[in-house]
Amino acid sequence: MARHVREGFKNLWRNGWMTFASVSAVAITLLILGVFLTVALNAQQMANYVTRQLEIEVFLKPSISDAQGEQVAQAVRQLPGVASVQYFSKEDGFAQLRRDISPQYRALMDGLSAKNTLPVKLVVKATSPDELLPLGQELRRLPSVYQVNDGRSVVDKLLHLFNVLRNLGLVFVVGLTVTAMFLIANTIKITIFSRRREIEIMKLVGATNWFIRWPFLMEGMMIGVLGAALPYALLVWGYASIYQRMSGTFFILPFPLVPASDLAIRLAEVMFGLGIAIGVWGGAMSIRRFLRV
Amino acid sequence: MGVEPSEYGQVWRFFILALVPKGSLLMIEMQDVWKEYRNGTKAINGISVKIDQGEFVYVVGPSGAGKSTFIKLMYREERPTRGHIFVNGFNIGRLKDRKVPLLRRNIGVVFQDFKLLPKLTAYENVAFALEVINTPRRVIRKRVMDVLDWVGLADKAHMLPSQLSGGEQQRVAIARAIANNPSVIIADEPTGNLDPDTSWGIMKLFQRINDRGTTIVMATHNKEIVNTMRKRVIAIERGVIVRDEPKGLYGYED
Repeated sequence: MARHVREGFKNLWRNGWMTFASVSAVAITLLILGVFLTVALNAQQMANYVTRQLEIEVFLKPSISDAQGEQVAQAVRQLPGVASVQYFSKEDGFAQLRRDISPQYRALMDGLSAKNTLPVKLVVKATSPDELLPLGQELRRLPSVYQVNDGRSVVDKLLHLFNVLRNLGLVFVVGLTVTAMFLIANTIKITIFSRRREIEIMKLVGATNWFIRWPFLMEGMMIGVLGAALPYALLVWGYASIYQRMSGTFFILPFPLVPASDLAIRLAEVMFGLGIAIGVWGGAMSIRRFLRV
Repeated sequence: MGVEPSEYGQVWRFFILALVPKGSLLMIEMQDVWKEYRNGTKAINGISVKIDQGEFVYVVGPSGAGKSTFIKLMYREERPTRGHIFVNGFNIGRLKDRKVPLLRRNIGVVFQDFKLLPKLTAYENVAFALEVINTPRRVIRKRVMDVLDWVGLADKAHMLPSQLSGGEQQRVAIARAIANNPSVIIADEPTGNLDPDTSWGIMKLFQRINDRGTTIVMATHNKEIVNTMRKRVIAIERGVIVRDEPKGLYGYED
């Protein structure tokens, strides 16, 4: 086996530019795949996180006053499946907004405090996750309710958007994978051609077919591994630095990101797995068509 | 031709072969063999022949008569369309693809164009053939020097083919062919590219290989050699054997 690895490396080296082109093709394919995978894993994480929450945000119509809002809150408390209702007055909403907004606009907001048109907000907690959907439907039917964020609706919207993006990405990745495979097949075809004399002699003196095939499969595999290593390093490094920033106090996301170490493992599995698969498959195509052993 | 090197390391073969009377074992047998190529060319049209172990056979005939195909069938470069071929106990027609390497390890082949790897030295060329059949490293080192010594090229082991004369290159190719101690040597016009003097040197080498008990089948156009070094002659024309004589003559005017 050591010999096959050595011969494989020799082939890579002798084919300099073709190797470079193949490795680049694999790298670009896997980079795009890796980005999509990162987004997908986080979207999944978000979906899980949001649907696990038992809270529903209910915004009343802006015309509803604080006093009327209290009455609505009372009514909601009576609905089946409700565990608790938290009441946020217009003032609370204004204070919250003032806190979240960047300091340079705070003065501007202070001037607006008399004309507070923010809605009353109720945070309704359900008794179980199963109650979330019917409860959301129920709340939407109330006449004084303006909008209901029951988590699932947000998730559904995001998931839909994400699905479209993912399908687009998949088409892209499949196309690029095929391209990469053909490039690898071509590279190995050139190797086979440049070593046809050696192969002829190997056949004549009785080398087994697998002995002849191995170096070329190795070459394909190494192209795959090299092509995976670069985008992998880039993605893991990039994600780790984004993760570090996001999870700091500077910016608060509505859900936690997938930890960088978990992502690194998943990415390694998929990217190296596919890289090797593309490489070996490309090699196998050439071997079947041009080696005839 | 240089000094005859010692035959150290090959001595044991004589003892083994001494136990077997020469010509008593069937090495190659063809039974009504036909070969038609895909493009419709009928190269071999019903050949039956027996070659015993230790025989030295010339295959002669005009160009395009089927000599090359006849020889290629023996090491399964080509498969017969009909008929049976047995070589050293292998049934060629039924031989599975993955078993072909086992057959080839028992056959040494030598060609007109030597088929050496230009970037490897004489030593490396012989070693390569042993490496690719997984011969252990320490066996290779000894065996390669032995055979190079045996063909008289021990002092040129580290030269590239381009630094060797045609005759010397053919000696390297022969060393490679005998390195794995095959029972048969198949040669396709081995002297075709060489001048008469050099050719005689190569023929003497084949004679010495044959003296060790190795069967030799050689396609040739060399009238002088066939008529001087008298051996069994099989003449092929239009894909059939037209003549098969022990100690025969070339029989064609070139």
